Amino acid sequence: MKSEPVLLARVGRERSQAIDTYLADGGYETLRKVLTGGWTPEAVTEEVKKSGLRGRGGAGFPTGVKWGFVPKDTKGKPVYLLCNADESEPGTFKDRLLMEEDPHQMLEGQILSAFALRCHTSYVYIRGEFFHGARVLQRAIDEAYEKGFLGENILGSGFSHDVTVHRGAGAYICGEETGLIESLEGKRGQPRVKPPFPAVVGVFGAPTIVNNVETLCCVTHVLKRGADWFAKIGRNEKNSGPKLYCLSGHVNRPGVYEAPMGLQMKELLFGDDYGRGMKDGRKVKAVIPGGASAAMLTAGEIEDCPLDFDGLAAKKSMLGSAAIIVMNEDTCIVDAATNLAKFFSHESCGQCTPCREGTPWLHRVLSRIEAGEGRAEDVELLEKISNQMGNGITLCVFADAAIAPVLSSIGKFRDEYRYHVENKRCLVGPRAAVEAVTA
Amino acid sequence: MTSRRYAVLPAGRPAEFPPDVRARIERILSRYPTKQAALLPILWVAQETWGWISREAAEEVARILELSPAHVSGVLTFYTMYNLEPVGRHLLQFCTSISCHLAGAGGLLEHCRRRLGIDLGQTTADGRFTMVEVECIAGCDRAPSMMIDDTYHEPMDPSKLDALLESLP
Repeated sequence: MKSEPVLLARVGRERSQAIDTYLADGGYETLRKVLTGGWTPEAVTEEVKKSGLRGRGGAGFPTGVKWGFVPKDTKGKPVYLLCNADESEPGTFKDRLLMEEDPHQMLEGQILSAFALRCHTSYVYIRGEFFHGARVLQRAIDEAYEKGFLGENILGSGFSHDVTVHRGAGAYICGEETGLIESLEGKRGQPRVKPPFPAVVGVFGAPTIVNNVETLCCVTHVLKRGADWFAKIGRNEKNSGPKLYCLSGHVNRPGVYEAPMGLQMKELLFGDDYGRGMKDGRKVKAVIPGGASAAMLTAGEIEDCPLDFDGLAAKKSMLGSAAIIVMNEDTCIVDAATNLAKFFSHESCGQCTPCREGTPWLHRVLSRIEAGEGRAEDVELLEKISNQMGNGITLCVFADAAIAPVLSSIGKFRDEYRYHVENKRCLVGPRAAVEAVTA
Repeated sequence: MTSRRYAVLPAGRPAEFPPDVRARIERILSRYPTKQAALLPILWVAQETWGWISREAAEEVARILELSPAHVSGVLTFYTMYNLEPVGRHLLQFCTSISCHLAGAGGLLEHCRRRLGIDLGQTTADGRFTMVEVECIAGCDRAPSMMIDDTYHEPMDPSKLDALLESLP
């Protein structure tokens, strides 16, 4: 049985982007309650901590705890809040929907979060391709200023806040929070050495909190309906709240679906309310559960697989951005891995040698296996290169992300790789039939 | 593989923003505590003004923001959406990342290549179309997804693409 939507409740309604419809649905009442009802910033942070809300951008770090890292004494420096709307993880498209369809839901969460952080200036770092999303958001911000939800002395509370939309220009790495900070400062988006963490030294040398679009939307509901309500949704208190799942690939009905955190993978793929099964009745071969950076799972592994932080960690993969990419039995696993390696090779920022050199090397080796020019030692070579890139020897997690699809696909489909090298062709897939005839 | 461009090409003539655009730049600057932070937004303004960003335009941006031209050049070549050379009237951006790949993005790209007789990174002789490949643009549920200029067109297929190519000026 499908539960009532929370985050997507207003999506699909007429003029869902406009502030009058948002107000008619009770929008900004929570902001009014918090700003004029005697709440302190500390009380807001406590409520968010109590809800168990974990960041929806990929890492799953508890949001309230992150906020708590901002020093009490900022030595006269302002605190900045950055909304990470750089949604670029292959397979992810939930934040685009949230911003294009219900921008005020996010904006209210952003202002509430800013209040908790005693922050007077925030930016929405939105990926450059979201021209439409940026326009919708800017219109929403203009409306919020007009109605007095932004600007000086909001609702007479004495709290002031400004929001600016800042467009990126095409770089996956700017979704990494320190890459995003560098980019916002007008530089190449190359991640920083940590520590210091952004909560202590972030953008413009000041304490900075970076939160994902969906996270900020959740903040609105935590404060609207209470931490206890939020914490009770989902599989357990460490995996709580409503969650958006991005379903794509070989299913009948791809899309963004909302469910309580911990939805079973098979329900998402096959349930009537969700994916409605595999296209053309094919079988599942592999599923990427958390975007391109997450280790692939086999058809066997998706049995009893709750889609939440701990459920996927237990399967040695991750929820990541909750981008579930489904591949059917006709998918050549080497072809899929080659495509993913191309992405990482293109997007490596070039700062750390193992990643800058390793990602194109992986792509080259995979490409030659896929093209039927693989060498006997290539599969082991891929593992060797990967092991020289990962385990935290680079400044950010990009290199670990880049090797996850390579190592997991080899680990789980080693025979197919070997077949590809030995027979110089795909075992399955559209090219296999053609190659079999010409061989 | 899309071509990576490390150089900002000269246009051969000085670039100066029109007065109304200068006013817009001032408004953008007022939103940031440093001039440098306005670099990406102002490069977008430059691209909207001239359609691409020449070396002269980059130098003008550097002058306004009190940055070195080398810094601006470094930033320009890091991001993929700034055009460092003139492009056609319409920029055809094909997503070929995993979900679109699984949905046949490769075939769509090949169809367009043959139809227009150009390769990735090239512009048709009549100056109407430039073809580029882009990484995941968050249109995975409507794959294969593509953008033409600043608008999404999804899901895309060869016949829909043919009709679009016909209708665009």
